[in-house]
Amino acid sequence: MAKTVTKKNVKVLENINGVAKTNRLLVLKTYKIYIGGKFPRTESGRYYELKDSSGNLLANMCLSSRKDYRNAVVAARGASGPWAERAAFNRSQILYRIGEMLEGRRAQFVDELMQMGSSKLSAEQEVDLSIDRLIYYAGWCDKYTQIFSSINPVASAHFNFSVPEATGVVAAITSESTGLLGLVSIIAPVIAGGNSIIALASETHALCAISFAEVINSSDVPGGVVNIITGKEDELHKHMSTHMDVNSFIYAGSNAEHLKTIQVNAADNVKRILDYSKVEWNSEEGQSPYFISDHQETKTTWHPIENIGGSSSKY
Amino acid sequence: MAKKKQIEVDLNSGWAYAPAPESKGHIKIKPQYNQFIGGKFVKPSNGKYFDTINPANSEKLSSIALGNAKDVDKAVRAARKAYSEVWSKLSGKERGKYIFRIARLIQERAREFSVIESLDGGKTIRESRDVDVPLAANHFFYYAGWADKLEYAFPNKRPTSLGVAGQIIPWNFPLLMAAWKIAPALAAGNTVVLKPAETTSLTALKLAELIKDSGLPDGVVNIVTGFGDTGAAIVNHPDVNKVAFTGSTGVGKIIQRAIAGTNKKCTLELGGKAANIIFEDASINQAVEGIVNGIYFNQGHVCCAGSRLFVQESVYEEVIRKLKDRMNTLIVGDPMDKNTDIGAINSKEQLDIINKYIKIGQQEGAEFYQPACKLPQKGNWCPPTLFTNVSQSSRITQEEIFGPVLAVQTFRTVDEVIAKANNTPYGLSAGIWTDKGAKIFNMTTKMRAGVVWANTYNKFDPTSPFGGYKESGFGREGGLHGLSAYLNLN
Amino acid sequence: MIRIKSKDLLPDFKFSPAVDQVGIEERTARFQTRSIKSETKVVGLKKVLNMIDLTTLEGKDTPGKVKQMCYKAQHLHDSIPDLPSTAAVCVYPSMVSLAKAELIGSGVKVASVSTAFPSGQAPMEVKIGDTKFAVDQGADEIDMVISRGRFHTGDYNFVFDEIAAIKEACGKARLKVILETGELGTLDKVRRASDIAMYAGADFIKTSTGKISVAATMPVTLVMLEAIKDYYYKTGIMIGMKPAGGISKAKLALHYLVMVRETLGDAWLTNEWFRFGASSLANDVLMQLVKQETGAYQSADYFSID
Repeated sequence: MAKTVTKKNVKVLENINGVAKTNRLLVLKTYKIYIGGKFPRTESGRYYELKDSSGNLLANMCLSSRKDYRNAVVAARGASGPWAERAAFNRSQILYRIGEMLEGRRAQFVDELMQMGSSKLSAEQEVDLSIDRLIYYAGWCDKYTQIFSSINPVASAHFNFSVPEATGVVAAITSESTGLLGLVSIIAPVIAGGNSIIALASETHALCAISFAEVINSSDVPGGVVNIITGKEDELHKHMSTHMDVNSFIYAGSNAEHLKTIQVNAADNVKRILDYSKVEWNSEEGQSPYFISDHQETKTTWHPIENIGGSSSKY
Repeated sequence: MAKKKQIEVDLNSGWAYAPAPESKGHIKIKPQYNQFIGGKFVKPSNGKYFDTINPANSEKLSSIALGNAKDVDKAVRAARKAYSEVWSKLSGKERGKYIFRIARLIQERAREFSVIESLDGGKTIRESRDVDVPLAANHFFYYAGWADKLEYAFPNKRPTSLGVAGQIIPWNFPLLMAAWKIAPALAAGNTVVLKPAETTSLTALKLAELIKDSGLPDGVVNIVTGFGDTGAAIVNHPDVNKVAFTGSTGVGKIIQRAIAGTNKKCTLELGGKAANIIFEDASINQAVEGIVNGIYFNQGHVCCAGSRLFVQESVYEEVIRKLKDRMNTLIVGDPMDKNTDIGAINSKEQLDIINKYIKIGQQEGAEFYQPACKLPQKGNWCPPTLFTNVSQSSRITQEEIFGPVLAVQTFRTVDEVIAKANNTPYGLSAGIWTDKGAKIFNMTTKMRAGVVWANTYNKFDPTSPFGGYKESGFGREGGLHGLSAYLNLN
Repeated sequence: MIRIKSKDLLPDFKFSPAVDQVGIEERTARFQTRSIKSETKVVGLKKVLNMIDLTTLEGKDTPGKVKQMCYKAQHLHDSIPDLPSTAAVCVYPSMVSLAKAELIGSGVKVASVSTAFPSGQAPMEVKIGDTKFAVDQGADEIDMVISRGRFHTGDYNFVFDEIAAIKEACGKARLKVILETGELGTLDKVRRASDIAMYAGADFIKTSTGKISVAATMPVTLVMLEAIKDYYYKTGIMIGMKPAGGISKAKLALHYLVMVRETLGDAWLTNEWFRFGASSLANDVLMQLVKQETGAYQSADYFSID
């Protein structure tokens, strides 16, 4: 697929290298999708044009199909069990690693956000906040269980405790208005809690979603734990919400009709629906351990306590 | 030295128990019951009533108001009024004291509630007396104490009440389910419109009488009675902020669809098809008790019933032999007899469903076993039933029967049984039987189910969160976790 | 006289089945919810009387005391017609010949404790001599104690061989093996000791000596009944059960019968296979029987103490 070289792309290179001018032809990235730890093109062969505010083409993005989504769910299902069973400490380190990788590519993301219309200041803020958010959730991986667990003092001779466990496979339609922060703020708590995720990136801010997939891919995140597809919410929300092997669904878009359709479809297999459409990712309320517990099931376990002679600790 | 002949123990003859009927002379059941709305017992707006039947003898016990959408609207208005004018302004401390009162009143009238529960629902008096009613009282007592402590439950959050909760409960544990629904809702500061199941409205209406006695402000708890469309009117009422439902997965899905596009908060406690897994190193005799308690408790009308039994092949013969022996000691019959183990099937409709599945099991080629037991002439009865030689693809192992019917499969390895146990759309509960601690922790972790009983089964407690994974629903009832279903966390 | 012909059939007692205490207690609680009324109760109470080993095992036992007890065993309460006698009297070896003489023709058996009862802390020769003496004196049944110390050290072979040796010394007398469950510590060990005793030749297994504070309980008895059932299914051989000590009320005794009936079946509900070791149970049963007949609750003043 040939790419149009735009003025904007040249400028980018100038900025990055701090070189005044170059005549060198830029090597442009093909933005693919991210499924099962690999970067395939959409099986449909379709694309949509992502343009900047002046109408210049930024990239031809994959217009993912329901089959791409299906493939992503298969990958996510395969990855979810082993991911949930990893030591929480290990998940913590991997999330931290994602933060490290993003920090290292900070400039690229700032630049992509600017290409998609952000001011330099707000792009820098968004990338910084995204990195910090990953670090925030990295820290939660081995702590939320303690916050949301309980020992339940039942009246019978049983030991009884409740712990959170990952819900499983989570599908998400992410915020349309932010390219990186909205995506990171949804993916991080979901995977911190041991789930796998298929995220549909913002249609109009898709560039850094795929670049973020590259960050994930170089951060020891097992393939299939995070899957990112690009495309149109309008076309995919129905198929995404009817899939019977998805356990939980996040809606962070802004279309009330879509949300309603998703909620109706969710009933087919009693999916949990999380409506994040009103969340301000840019604020303090955009991060909390409760975003982790949203995708946790409480498991309560009982076991008898043997006490033959009525023995007591008597201290 | 005894000769080796047909070795079996005879548990069915000889010294037999004489009838031991629970006395019901002191129980008052009125010929007609109205709905409890705004603190008053009011006639249904259409003037219609329906019969409630004793499933043990098919005789009519009373008439129950047939509520419709108008009645539901009246009840929701009463609940809204009580919420905004009284209940939401009351301190948690005062709310708690009302709920404590309700708990105490249930304890005082426990035997009366037990008898009515058994008459109306067919469950044995032993269970309603020893399980349902005490647990119901305890549930109110537990949540009463939460009312003024909500801010301790959710770190860094300011919990606030939701408003009016619409609650729909099933017929298998009528009073207990009412308690599971009402107690946390009130503790969290909500008001309630509750609909009991049409075959078991009586104890909910007796609870309404008791709530009136408690002095709870008018309209805080409202009880409407009727069938599915009455329930639908609650779900669809625009001024209901929260829907809580316990019942079948089928109806749960209808409710989930119905509230799509609204801001109603929802919790669903739905069906199940639990795996009860017996390893060769288990305490086999206690495991057999667990199997019996898992599937024959409450006639198998239990969403978390251990209806799929998995037995490791090396102990299969022993487990089945002991299970059959134990089944022979189960007494089926009059729920009001203190010695009855298995009471009446709740309704003719449910009996038809159970019999349909028994027929399917036989057609599928499974081996069928029922102990010989005399059943009463009138009423709805099903002896404890066992199907062996079934496979994972049999319908009786896949579909919820909601009756005393157990399907048994064998397994060889841990991996195999984990895969089979989780191979179901449901995920409410599971049972694990092994004497090895390390195996217990592996198994309980791997079960995709909300409640896992290890070396025990069908235990319930107000402090213990209960609820499902997957198509068994979402949200928890009981314990601290049960509060969040009735709160906004800001 | 080991009944199991091939040594290969002997289980490794280290691997006796595990027992879950909470499950056992739930089951016994369930037996206690059985409501025993009217005719069932009368029949049950008479069965209980007929299953009693009326017992005196005290340092201060005298011929006079034993004589009185032997009379009581045959004449429980003569104002009620058709009462059975007790199953046996249980005494020390020194009282066996006297008891035997007192009970001639009554059908009431004489059981004697032996093997350095109650501690069992004596050399093997002494225990065998003790047993042979009691048998020679005319004992129909021998109630031996196992060596709990050796059991706790894990020397199951010693415990097994000792029981087998005593069984041999018993000759025709039936052997009851007292596990002294109150000293065993866990229900798993009760189960293990039961298995050892049965495979070594016990005709009965018995909970307790009555000399320590925790004697027979329903959970312990249920564990032993389950062991008996498993043994029966394995070998076809019926073994008897005797809870002893701590059962003094009729209602509790009836619940023991319920437990036997629902665990082993009606075949065990005779004094050939089930006994109560008790001294004061009989009078409470008698009071209940009179109450069933007259409808009036009874006073102990009207029932003889022997």
